[in-house]
Amino acid sequence: MATVELKDVRKTYGGRVEAVKGISIDIPDGAMCVLVGPSGCGKSTLLRMIAGLEEITSGTVSIGDKVVNTLGPAERDIAMVFQNYALYPHMKVYDNMAYGLRNRGMDKDEIDRRVRDAAGTLGLAELLERRPRELSGGQRQRVAMGRAIVRSPKAFLFDEPLSNLDAKLRGQMRIEIKNLQRSLGVTSVYVTHDQVEAMTLADTLVVMNQGLAEQVDTPIAIYERPASIFVAGFIGSPAMNLLAAEGGETGKGLKLAAGGTVKPRETSLPEAGRKVLLGVRPEHLTLVSARNNADIEMKVTAVEALGADTLAHGYPVDGDARAGELIARLPGTVRVADGDVLPLAIDAGMAHLFDAGSGKRI
Amino acid sequence: MAEAATQQSTAAALGRREQGAMLGISRRSRYIAHAILIVGVFIVAFPIYYTFVASTHSLQTILRPPLPLLPGEHFFDNYYEALFGGVGRIGGVGVGTLLFNTTVMALGIAIGKIVISVLSAFAIVFFRFPGRMFFFWVIFITLMLPVEVRILPTYKVMVDLGLIDSYTGLILPLMASATATLLFRQFFMTIPGELVEAARVDGAGPWRFFKDILMPLSKTNLAALFVIMFIYGWTQYLWPLLVTNSNDMNTIVIALRKMISFADADTEWHLVMVTSVFAILPPILVVLFMQRWFVKGLVETEK
Repeated sequence: MATVELKDVRKTYGGRVEAVKGISIDIPDGAMCVLVGPSGCGKSTLLRMIAGLEEITSGTVSIGDKVVNTLGPAERDIAMVFQNYALYPHMKVYDNMAYGLRNRGMDKDEIDRRVRDAAGTLGLAELLERRPRELSGGQRQRVAMGRAIVRSPKAFLFDEPLSNLDAKLRGQMRIEIKNLQRSLGVTSVYVTHDQVEAMTLADTLVVMNQGLAEQVDTPIAIYERPASIFVAGFIGSPAMNLLAAEGGETGKGLKLAAGGTVKPRETSLPEAGRKVLLGVRPEHLTLVSARNNADIEMKVTAVEALGADTLAHGYPVDGDARAGELIARLPGTVRVADGDVLPLAIDAGMAHLFDAGSGKRI
Repeated sequence: MAEAATQQSTAAALGRREQGAMLGISRRSRYIAHAILIVGVFIVAFPIYYTFVASTHSLQTILRPPLPLLPGEHFFDNYYEALFGGVGRIGGVGVGTLLFNTTVMALGIAIGKIVISVLSAFAIVFFRFPGRMFFFWVIFITLMLPVEVRILPTYKVMVDLGLIDSYTGLILPLMASATATLLFRQFFMTIPGELVEAARVDGAGPWRFFKDILMPLSKTNLAALFVIMFIYGWTQYLWPLLVTNSNDMNTIVIALRKMISFADADTEWHLVMVTSVFAILPPILVVLFMQRWFVKGLVETEK
């Protein structure tokens, strides 16, 4: 058990391609840090640098107050769970879990005790004599977890461990991983591209884009105050609506490019004429009864009735379809049909403003 | 998982049967197919059987055609003479010695080839060192140089090293193998990178990885290659002919050749036939005993 600290960690391939462009994160003891981002954002590279599988070009990685830059993966005292589980196909489940311990020269009885303990925790006790190919995907995933926990390492590293499971199993394993990590209290770094996984698992969420950490915070803080349009678009499903707008006259709020004005917040309104993007999550658009109470009118092009709520896709009625897609999440089952025009109010307190040029939060 | 696999294979089997019906494979055409196969087996097996038959008759019977189709009563006499009496034309060396020589050579070549090629493929695939690709290409290029092309320089080297008439001289020049190295390289490259990394995280160094993970995963390939290389070594002709002078270093293939004289009367055909039977027996045994592994190695990889 230990803290994991990254200080200005960089990775450059062949002196030119920068995969990770300087990332600093402090992960406190026992916390779960999730790295999330689109593919190619450098999240896996970063994880592999923590694991020692990839060399660190510059910066330092410390595990438990000890700089581990030059240590091999085995000496860092970490355990890793791989995307494709990477179980040894010719070994029984028992040997798969015991292999790392044997290599460390641990006493046989101690190995046996640890393997059986871990197998008990993960519900693998019946499967110890099987080989990986005789197991289902979920069971393999558990063995991979077991291989990590028998070692009682300083840190767990997860590299998209759930991406090969079906949706139902994924949800189930997600909760199991969360509970296991909590009860063992082992510092963990978890890489995923799935924002639901990221939101539910993380104590600290790191949203990465093109080798940089766009935002590091708790999941809810990131959801409530995204630092940039990238984060705003990546976290939350369906994605946040971004409406082109510009600052209106003092005290008059924002002029939407699609027509109409909104007053998202009392303070910090942009000066007149400044181009901004107004970010509104689909759940913060509410259906109003009268047209003159509406901040924006939406022409519906598609409806997804999910039962608990209804997603209406469309575009601002004053603009054209290319002015930007608009999605509204309406509670319950609302009767909406294609072609309807919905008067919508923007929950002004929950709206976000981003600079149109830099994409940063205002 | 296993259930699904069974279902799949039953489905596949059903599919095949339906396909068979669709292609109009009737009872009659199945008989024809079997007839062709039986004729094929007969063509291959009959000469071998006939060799065995000839090896159980006396020289006189063999020299007086036609040769009977059933085994004669000289089985024990001929085999005893060949094994312990020694064959005159090759300096009185018994077939036992020949078998021993050939076994040593074939095993040496097969095992040596496998050890060397596994190790070099291991280095080429899993290590980054300067000149890695250069060495790979050097090995690759030797594929284009068969034994016959480099036979004179090799012979000179063996003479200079004083390795004529030695097992080392028989084995060493045939041991390096580009083919086997390439085969193992291809196989090693199919091993997922994650597996290698998992082993590193588990604290397995290169040797542990080689011994605990790579070798167990390659065992079917090793077996298949062993069979191929053993037979390759067993049937070597040109090189043993050059590098052995004394009769008691002959391999069985060379001895066979030497036993046959141009004049029929000089050749002890009954002993030649016994030697032939002995010459084909070990490869057949190796294939029979290793068949399961051999086929597995060629068709599936356990991953």
